[in-house]
Amino acid sequence: MDFQLTGEQRMLQRMARDFALKEVQPHVAEWEEKKAIPREVFARMGEMGFFALPFPEEVGGLGAGYLAYALAVEEISRVSASLGISYAAHVSIGTMPIYLFGSRVQKERWLGPCLRGEVLAAFGLTEPGAGSDAGGTETTASLVDGEWVLNGTKCFITNASLAGVVVATAVTEPGKGSRGISSFVVPADAPGFSVGQRYSKLGLRASDTAELVFADCRLPEDALLGERGAGFRQFLTALDGGRISIAALSVGIAQACLDASLEYAKTRVQFGQAISKFQAIQFKLADMAMETELARLMTLKAAWLKDNHLPFGREAAMAKLFASETCVRAALQAVQIHGGYGYMDEYPVERYLRDAKLMEIGEGTSEIQRLVIARNLGC
Amino acid sequence: MRIVVSIKQVPETTEVKIDPAKNSVDTEGLTRIINPYDTYALEEAVRIKEASGATVAVISVGPEKVDESLREALAMGADEGFHLSDPAFEGSDPLATAYILARGIEKLGPYDLVICGRQAMDGASGQVGPSLAEELGLPCVTFVRKIEELKEGYIRVQRMTDDGYEVVEGPLPMVITVVKEINEPRLASLKGLMKAKRVTIPVWNASDLGLDPARYGPAGSPTSVARLSPPPPRTGGEMIEGTPEEQVRILVRKLRDAKVL
Ligand SMILES: Cc1cc2nc3c(=O)[nH]c(=O)nc-3n(C[C@H](O)[C@H](O)[C@H](O)COP(=O)(O)OP(=O)(O)OC[C@H]3O[C@@H](n4cnc5c(N)ncnc54)[C@H](O)[C@@H]3O)c2cc1C
Ligand SMILES: Cc1cc2nc3c(=O)[nH]c(=O)nc-3n(C[C@H](O)[C@H](O)[C@H](O)COP(=O)(O)OP(=O)(O)OC[C@H]3O[C@@H](n4cnc5c(N)ncnc54)[C@H](O)[C@@H]3O)c2cc1C
Repeated sequence: MDFQLTGEQRMLQRMARDFALKEVQPHVAEWEEKKAIPREVFARMGEMGFFALPFPEEVGGLGAGYLAYALAVEEISRVSASLGISYAAHVSIGTMPIYLFGSRVQKERWLGPCLRGEVLAAFGLTEPGAGSDAGGTETTASLVDGEWVLNGTKCFITNASLAGVVVATAVTEPGKGSRGISSFVVPADAPGFSVGQRYSKLGLRASDTAELVFADCRLPEDALLGERGAGFRQFLTALDGGRISIAALSVGIAQACLDASLEYAKTRVQFGQAISKFQAIQFKLADMAMETELARLMTLKAAWLKDNHLPFGREAAMAKLFASETCVRAALQAVQIHGGYGYMDEYPVERYLRDAKLMEIGEGTSEIQRLVIARNLGC
Repeated sequence: MRIVVSIKQVPETTEVKIDPAKNSVDTEGLTRIINPYDTYALEEAVRIKEASGATVAVISVGPEKVDESLREALAMGADEGFHLSDPAFEGSDPLATAYILARGIEKLGPYDLVICGRQAMDGASGQVGPSLAEELGLPCVTFVRKIEELKEGYIRVQRMTDDGYEVVEGPLPMVITVVKEINEPRLASLKGLMKAKRVTIPVWNASDLGLDPARYGPAGSPTSVARLSPPPPRTGGEMIEGTPEEQVRILVRKLRDAKVL
C-alpha cells in the first residue's frame, strides 16, 4: 500500500493549482455575476492539457491517468466549482463515451478537438420525465431512409449552449425497456437540433445549463454510438467515471470551505480573542478537515482502482455520496463560522453553499448513490 | 543560438524552519519549486527561442529531487536539461556552486548566452551569476530588466539601477542576471510536463566533470554560514484609535515627531 502521490502527480497538481490561482481566481466573481465563463478559458485549459489528462497518448491524450485528472478537477473546483463542473462534464461524461464506445471515424472527428479544447462536449441523458429513472427516456430515434430521426427534449444539460458535440440517449426499440435505449453523437449543427433557454440556478451560476431540443433532428446512420441498444449500459459506465469527477469537485469545494473558514477564524476577534480559540469553532474546523481528507482519500481510491483496471463502481458511488454530503456540511459550517458575514456575498462562503448543493443531486442523487451501494452489497 | 539558463531549486514557503545543527534551512517536507527569480530567466530564454529560434538548455546543481524542477523547466519550454549532482557537492558555498556550474556549462558544448536569476530566494547572496561569469572568463551584466537587442555575437540590455537604468552592450557569450521586471513568466503546462517525462536528463557528478576536489563542498568553500537566525517576530506596532479625522491628525503628528514628514 502506498498513499503517496507520484512525483508526476504532485507536479500536475501544483500546476493545476497555479493555473487556478493565477488565471481563474481573479475572474470568478465576474463570471458568477455574468453567469458565464468565456470560451477562451476552455481554449486555454485545452492548450494547457487539462482535458487530455486522462486519455491515452494514442488518441492525443496525456496518459496521466484518471487520478491525475481527479486532482486537477479538485484544484479547479477549489477556486471555481462552476468551471469545475463544466470541466468534469466535458471530460467525464461528454468526451469519455466517445472515447470508450466511439467508432474509429467518430473518434477521429471528435477526440482531437475535444481534448485540445477547440470543441466542448455535453452529455444529454436527463429528461423532464426521466431523471433518477434515466431508463425512462422518452426521446425517440427511428431509422428513416438510412437516417436517424430524433424527437424529444433533454433538460438540465451542462455545457449545452457551449457544446460543439452532444452525446444523447434515445429509445430505438420501443417496448424493450432499458435494452431499447441507444446513444448518438450529435454535432451541434445537426438539422433539427437546438438548445433552449439557459436555466437560472441556485448555484454554479457561471456554468452553462440548458435544455436540448430534438425536433425531427436528422443524423447520418453512423451517428449511432457503439451498438444499437447499448445506450443504457454505456451511460451507466460513463456515470461511474463521472461520479469520481463529482467527488473530486466536491472535495475541492470542501477544501475551499476549510481554507476560508480557517483564515477567517484566525483573524475574527470576539470576546477579546480570535474565534479560532473557541473550542466550538475548533471542533467545526477539525470535523471539516477530517471529512475533507476522508472524502479525498475515497475519491483517489476510486480513481486509483479505475486506473488499475479494477472494478470501481461501488467505490465511485461511495466517494461521490460521501464527498458531496461532506461539502454541503462543510459549506453550512463555513457560513456558520463566518457569522453574518458568511451570509453576505462579499465573502465566498455563501457561494460555496449554493454551489455545494448540486453535488448531492447531479449524476445521481444521494438517494440513488445509496441504491447503487446497496445493490452492490447484494440487496 | 543556444541559451543556457541556470536554475536553482528552492523550498516553497515563507515559513521556513532553520536547522541550527547545520546552519541551513530545514527543507524536509517542503514543496520544492524553481527559484522564482529563475523563472524570469527561463521565460526570457523561451521568448527569445520563440522569436528567433534559439535552443534553451537548463542546468542545475543539486540533489536528486532537482530532476523535477528541470522537467518543470522543460514544461515551460526549455529544450534540454542538465543535472549536476554528487553527494560531495553538499556544503558548497556560492563560489563553489559557480565553479561546479561553470564546468557543467563547458561540458554541455557551445553556447551564446547564460541567464541567471538576480538571486536565489533562499540563499539570496546574488553571487552565483557573477562568480559563474568569472569562472567561465566571460563578461557579466547583472540586474537586467530588458534585452534591447540580441544577435550573433552582440547583446544590448537595460540594467536596472536604484534610480533608473543603464544601457549596456557587449559581446557574446555573456552571463546576465535578470530582475522580475523583465517579463511575466508563463505557467508550465500539464502537456509540457508529460512531454518532458520522455526527455533524458544527463546527470553529471564530480568525476564526470573532472572537478578539482579542493574546489567544491565544504573544503572548496571559502565562506561558511556562521549563524542563521529567523527574523525577529514582528512587534505589535501601534493602533491609532478614533474617528478617521482624529486618526489622521494623530498619525501626521507622529510622523512629524519621527521627522518622517
Ligand atoms: C446543475 C445541473 C446540471 C446537470 N447536468 C446534467 C448533464 O450534464 N447531463 C444530464 O443528463 N443531466 C444533468 N443534470 C440532471 C441531473 O442528473 C438530475 O437532476 C438528477 O439525476 C435527478 O433527476 P431529477 O432532477 O429528475 O430528480 P428526480 O429523479 O425526480 O428525483 C426527485 C427526488 O426523488 C428521489 N428519488 C427518485 N427516485 C428514487 C428512488 N428510487 N428511491 C429513492 N428516492 C428517489 C431523488 O433522490 C430526489 O430526491 C443536471 C442537473 C443540474 C441541476
Ligand atoms: C556563505 C554560504 C555558505 C553556504 N553553505 C552551505 C552549506 O554548508 N550547505 C548547504 O546546503 N548550502 C549552503 N549554502 C547554500 C548554497 O550553497 C547556496 O544557496 C548556493 O551556493 C547558491 O547561492 P545563493 O542561494 O546565494 O544563490 P544566488 O547567488 O543568490 O543565486 C543567483 C542565481 O544563480 C543561479 N544559481 C544559484 N544556485 C544554483 C544552483 N544550485 N544550480 C544552478 N543555478 C544556481 C540561479 O540562476 C540564481 O538565480 C551556503 C550559502 C552561502 C551564502
